[in-house]
Amino acid sequence: MAASAPPLLEASGLGKHFGGFVALENIDLAIAEGERLGLIGPNGSGKSTLVNCLCGTLRHDDGTIMFDGRRLDRVPTYKRTRLGLARSFQLPRPFRTVSLVDNLRIPLLYTVNARSGPRLHAGSIEERCFRLLDDVGLADKARRLPRDLTQVEMRKLELARAVASAPRLLFADESMAGLSPSEIEEILAVLFRLNEGGITIVLIEHIMRAVMSFSTRLVVLVAGQKIADGPPQEAIRNPEVERAYLGE
Amino acid sequence: MGISAGKFWPLSFVAAAALLLLTRWQIQNEYFYFAAYVVLQYIVLATAWNILGGYTGYTNFGTGAFFAFGAYSSVVLHKLTSVPIPMMILVAGLVSGLLGFGMGYLTLRLKGVFFAIATLALAIVAQTLIVNWDFVGGSRGIYIIRPAQSPIHGGYIQYLYSLMLLLSWLAVALARTIERSRLGLGLAAIRDDEQAAEASGVPTLRLKLIATTLSGALMGMSGAPLPYYVTYLDPTSSFNLSYAVNSVAMPLIGGMTSWVGPIIGAVLLGTIQQVATVTISSALNLLIVGLLLIAFVIVAPNGIVGLVQARRRARER
Repeated sequence: MAASAPPLLEASGLGKHFGGFVALENIDLAIAEGERLGLIGPNGSGKSTLVNCLCGTLRHDDGTIMFDGRRLDRVPTYKRTRLGLARSFQLPRPFRTVSLVDNLRIPLLYTVNARSGPRLHAGSIEERCFRLLDDVGLADKARRLPRDLTQVEMRKLELARAVASAPRLLFADESMAGLSPSEIEEILAVLFRLNEGGITIVLIEHIMRAVMSFSTRLVVLVAGQKIADGPPQEAIRNPEVERAYLGE
Repeated sequence: MGISAGKFWPLSFVAAAALLLLTRWQIQNEYFYFAAYVVLQYIVLATAWNILGGYTGYTNFGTGAFFAFGAYSSVVLHKLTSVPIPMMILVAGLVSGLLGFGMGYLTLRLKGVFFAIATLALAIVAQTLIVNWDFVGGSRGIYIIRPAQSPIHGGYIQYLYSLMLLLSWLAVALARTIERSRLGLGLAAIRDDEQAAEASGVPTLRLKLIATTLSGALMGMSGAPLPYYVTYLDPTSSFNLSYAVNSVAMPLIGGMTSWVGPIIGAVLLGTIQQVATVTISSALNLLIVGLLLIAFVIVAPNGIVGLVQARRRARER
């Protein structure tokens, strides 16, 4: 069962500092396969730094990261993606000079087709790109450039591109920032579908309504330290969390 | 535009061969070949520059170094052996390709303007090496005596023109193949957002090294016949900044995201410069480049190809 199975991702004693500023301190985090984890914290609490360290964009200074039983500490970002760790960025960062379909073709070619096993041929790749775009409602704009998209469509493209690498674990970094309530529902529906399809999801978000309805577990960071980790309703009632969000 | 790479190579070869035969058959004036050689050389240089600058987004100001290393590798071979020029072109490709790999390995952790300055520094270091190497003539330069007979029918300049035309075909066909391949998409991802590319599984450092090596190799190959074209080679002219400026300006004017752009830019700028050289003065060449660059940055920042693509997109909507 999930309780006895080894975690998909496990960070132990993770630390990161920028000069004298401690961005992360002694973070222990285990994420089980299939989980929907919410990661919250005030601005500057270290959420994105944690994601950057786990994905390899930043190199952590202390601690270890294990993914699927493999140590990741010195593994470059692109290899982590190939192993099944994907992320979306806080501000959408599409490949702006290529079409939407090529935005998805890139991770497919460089992850799915770079793994051992049979390679997808051009036709299957094209088909899979369209299916992924269809899943997020962008199939009709497949040949357009990202600049033709609205804000919510850009967020969907960001998610679709991360999912194109066929990840086992996806970090969705503030995928709903700046969206209207109905657009948030659209993104949430996409994330639920991805999780039902077997992808473990870490949702980094400020919109509490979305985090509470999505997460099965909540981790709270404040000033680079983990101050709560547990069921969402319990975690937000933690006195330290209340103090961090509401003050003394 | 939808021709597959497998068909493009033979079709473009036939087109290049037809152009070669047609010009050799129809044009007897030697000056045409002198001028056309330079324009073709710029097609190779601009196409090579565009593999790193246009496809990958890394501005290289060291074109002169790669080009001159190709030329000087021919000088070394000329003095030591009697190999034919096509062989010299291959060796020059190897030498400048290695230089490109080395430059990439040392500088590709730099980005933007810092990378550009590092490539400019490389050109200066390379020039200093040649200036102090007596075997290839050092700062005083070296005379190269062409063989009395051209290996093919016609004069020697026609032979050099034919070689440069074939080299242009090779460079263009290679650039187009890259553009539409997995490598080309990876390079485009690096150009657009390197972090997002890495997060999409693209091995950015490896791809950038491939780009610097291929780009450097082609630049060196275009410099290999130079000693036989000018017959006197010296560091000041072979490392001339105009090679770097032209190879940046031509793709910018033609359009950097497509293999067609550098051809358009090289033919347009190269021809204008050749005409200006005989009608006014070669001293005007860089001024022409500068004025055209300013005009294009204002009117068509994505070059001629970008202008056409924007119109096509607007019509489709």
